[in-house]
This record gives sequence, structure tokens and C-alpha cells, in this order.
Amino acid sequence: MPKFLHEASLKRHTILDLLFRNLTRVSAFGVLVLLAAIIGSLVVGSMPAIRAFGFGFLTSSDWDPVNDQFGALIPIFGTLVTSGIALLIAIPVSFGIALFLTELSPRILRRPLGIAIELLAGIPSIIYGMWGLFVFAPLFADHVEPWLNDRIGAMPYLGPFFSGPPMGIGMLTAGIILSIMIIPFIASVMRDVFEVVPTLLKESAYGLGATTWEVMWKVVLPYTRIGVVGGIMLGLGRALGETMAVTFVIGNSHELSKSLLMPGNSIASALANEFTEAYGELYTSALIELGLILFFITFVVLSLARYMLYKLGKREGQAA
Amino acid sequence: MLNLYTRRRIVNAIGLVISMLAMAFGLFWLCWILWTLLEHGLPALAPVVFTQMTPPPGSDGGLLNAIAGSLAMTLVGTLIGTPIGIFAGTYLAEFGQRGWLAPVTRFINDVLLSAPSIVIGLFVYEVYVIRVKHFSGWAGALALSIIVIPIVIRTTENMLRLVPTTLREAAAALGAPQWKIINFVTLRAARAGIITGVMLAIARISGETAPLLFTALNNQFWSSNMDQPMANLPVVIFQFAMSPYEDWQKLAWAGALLITVSVLTLNILARVLFRQSATTH
Repeated sequence: MPKFLHEASLKRHTILDLLFRNLTRVSAFGVLVLLAAIIGSLVVGSMPAIRAFGFGFLTSSDWDPVNDQFGALIPIFGTLVTSGIALLIAIPVSFGIALFLTELSPRILRRPLGIAIELLAGIPSIIYGMWGLFVFAPLFADHVEPWLNDRIGAMPYLGPFFSGPPMGIGMLTAGIILSIMIIPFIASVMRDVFEVVPTLLKESAYGLGATTWEVMWKVVLPYTRIGVVGGIMLGLGRALGETMAVTFVIGNSHELSKSLLMPGNSIASALANEFTEAYGELYTSALIELGLILFFITFVVLSLARYMLYKLGKREGQAA
Repeated sequence: MLNLYTRRRIVNAIGLVISMLAMAFGLFWLCWILWTLLEHGLPALAPVVFTQMTPPPGSDGGLLNAIAGSLAMTLVGTLIGTPIGIFAGTYLAEFGQRGWLAPVTRFINDVLLSAPSIVIGLFVYEVYVIRVKHFSGWAGALALSIIVIPIVIRTTENMLRLVPTTLREAAAALGAPQWKIINFVTLRAARAGIITGVMLAIARISGETAPLLFTALNNQFWSSNMDQPMANLPVVIFQFAMSPYEDWQKLAWAGALLITVSVLTLNILARVLFRQSATTH
């Protein structure tokens, strides 16, 4: 009799095991389904626009809802330019912060300062947008942009990028605010990868008489290069898809302008501003195609970022 | 020789000073933004904010319906996303040693983790809002749950991997079947970390605006029906802040302060909680 009980319970557990394993497996598989569904729905939604404009959509700067003429050039340009500005500012600052947190900071301050920087990433993007529109942009227009106009606006080559009316809102402002938003992401990845550098390696360099700066620049950075690039790409992925903060300050104008002080548009902010008000199938579909392009670009960038970080992680695993 | 030595020291000093400046630069923005929020938000934060509905321009009102809507959608989004995230994370950590599914899922999940949230809003609009032909609180909650899932998967997997294998082996040696080992031993051991992950996910979605624009939209009135367009703090802030009316902008600042305080509190709480559990283990 006890033997039967035992067998029954064994069987029950085998079934439960099977159920549980498959439950978790289905959930994991759900992530793949989700990705496929996102891509699929965007492709289906943008089919009318793809049929109407073909590849010309990518190179046309028309954006004329009245005549149903749409092109993605201006939002794509705005997205790339603002993200580019953001990276230019964020990379050196993040490196400085990561260096400070791993090598310079007193041990007691390390954790609170690290958390403070991470909190910067926690602030919702709409707050950045409001702050940018009401606080940063007016100051920028009054104090920084006239200066840029006077000093750089008159220079050859660089001039055209920094001339224009000081309005406060525009691509430069959007880029600067984006940079503040991605600094915490890049800095925390850099800090994490700097921390995996074997202490032995660093101490050997110090032992040879290298300065802190030289240890960072000639030992730590080459050792973690791929991880650092991965972190930067991760930040870039964030910057490309950032919506609300950019929507507030970029100015949302469908004009192609060489000057960074002029308003522009980004893919995400065009979507945020126009999607609910879009009328007609082609207008909606053109906006969805913009979303598809954005998803494609960020997907590629983020995949590269993850690939690089995995590679660093793998090397670590083998070394240990 | 001395020349080279001095130069190296100077380069080092400059580098370190710049590094400190970078740190100060980061903190400077944090302080400035928080200061702005307090400066504009505190005066606007009257009791009516919590007791009245969002007003038409020019009259008094509060944010009650927006706060309630945000809480409801965040709650539902978390309730949908968390179990799926925990199960999938468990698969990655406990069953994913062999086969192609785990590495591919891990990779895709890490990409989805930072995918643009506005595209997720677009996706829910395409697959849900168009079908039912109206914006709704359910659609908003669905969009939020899609943001929750990757965060919970990532933390669940990480936390389960921290559980020592000896613990699993000990349970197995006592004859426990695998589902019991995972549910009653490893998941329980990783509980604090997983809760931290869920809290971070809640913090993340409570400030999300972009995915709600095309899903929950907004509603000027009290609505307890999740099948209707639903007011929510982020979208209300967006609409009010972009408006030319001063009293709307004031309410937007009050809402902004509310959101930021709750998000940052959740963030700090999650970290403190995790740290405590990490030190007691």
C-alpha cells in the first residue's frame, strides 16, 4: 500500500515538473513572439505607405498631410543629429564619472554618488521635457545661443551650424538634454566594466610607476574597450528612441535646416505629436512606417551593444 | 627625464580634475532638475490636487482622476507583466542550459529592455486599439505590461543565478521534485532581489508617457471603467504643460513633482531593500 502511494506521488510530481517547465518555457517563448508581433504589426501598419512611396520615403523631405505626401528624411535627420550631439557630450562626461567612481572617490562616497547618478536615469523623461522647456530653454536662449551666434556663427565652416535666431528650442537643446539623460546609462555600464579589470593588472601598472590617468587610459580602457563601446551603443539606443523630452524642446517643425539652433523634428517626437491627430490612412501609415524605421535602427544599435557586452563578459568568464 | 616626469604628472592632474568636474556636472543637473521641481511643484501642490478632477482651462481643479488612472493602469500592467517575467526569467536561469531558446530569448529580451517605448505604444495601438476601435485603460495597462516584462525577466534571471547551486542540490538530495525546488527554494531565496526588480519596473512605468499617448489617451472626467479612455498623470502633465494656460501649467508642475517623488522614492527603496537582504544573507 505505501508503495502505491509513493508511485502515485512520483507520477504526480513528474507531471507537475513537466507542467512547470513548459509554463516557464512558454513564457520565455512569449518574448520572441512579442518581438515578432511588434515587427509584424508595424510592417502591416506601414504597408500602405510603403506601397505609396517605396524607398523614396527614406530620402524625401516632404511632409505634407494635406496633399498626402510624406517622407522620412527630416525626422530621421533630426533623430540622428540630436543623438549625435548627445553622444558627443555624454561620452567624455560618462568616462569622467566612471573614472571618478572606480578610482578616485573615497570609499564611503562611492555608493551614494553612484546612486545619485542612477537616479538621474530614474527621472521620467517627461520631467526632463518640462524642465527643458520651461527652465533650460529660456536660459539657453538668453545666455548661450547669442554667444554661440556671435562667436561661432561668424566662423567659416562651423558658422552655419550655429547661426539663427536664439529661440531656446531646437536640435542643439534637444541634444544637450538627451545627453543628460543618457549619461547615467553610459556611466553605469562603464563603471561596471571598469570594475571587472583584474586588480592585479592595475596594480602591476601602478607598480611600474604609472599615474592614475595612465592606468585608466593605457590599461583599463584597452582592456575594457569592447564593453565601453557596448555601453556607448546602449546609450545611443536610448537616445534614438527617447520621446517625451525631445518632443518638448525640439520645436517639431518639418523643415530641414543646417543650423543646430533651428527647430527640427525627430521620429519619436513626430509620432508623439501627430499620431493621435493623424487623419486618413496614408498619414497614419506613414507615421507607423516612421515607427518601424525607428525600431529597426534602435534594434540594430542595441543588438550591437549587447553583442559587444556579451563578448566582454565571455572573455571574463574564460579568464576567470 | 624630469621634463617627462613633470609632464606626466600634469597630464594626470588635469585628467583627474576633469573627472571630478564630470562628476560635478552630473550631480549639477540632478540638483537643478530636482530644485526646479520643488520650486514650481510645491506651491502648486494644494490639497485640491488630490480631491478634484482635472479642470477645463480657467477654473480650479485637481489631478484626482489622473492619479487614480495612473495607479490603476500601473497596477494592472504590473500584475500582467510580473508573472510572465518571473516565469520566463526562471526558464532562462533554471532550464536554459541547453538548446537555442534560452540564449535567443536572453538576447532579444536585453534588446527589448531598452527598445523605444513609443514603438510599444504604437504596437498596442495596432493590435488592440484598432480592433476594439477606441482608446482604453486596458490598452494602456497592456502597453505598460510589455515594458514591465523585460525588466522583470532580467532581474529574475540575475537573482536566480546568485542562488548557490548547493542549495538546489541539497533540496534535490532530499527528494524534492524540480518544481518544488524552484518554487520553494530558489525563487524564495531570490525573493528580495526579484521584488527589487518589480519595484524598479513599477518606477519605470509610472513615469512612462509615450506608450500611453496612443493607448489610454486621456479623460477629463472620473473614470473607473478600464474599457474607456483613461486619465493618467504623465499624459495630463504633457497636455497641461504644453498648453498656454497658466493654471494648467501649475497643475502640470504639481503632477511632475508627484511623479518624480514617487519614482525616486521607489528607486531608493528598492535599492535599500535589496542591500539589506544582501547583507543579511
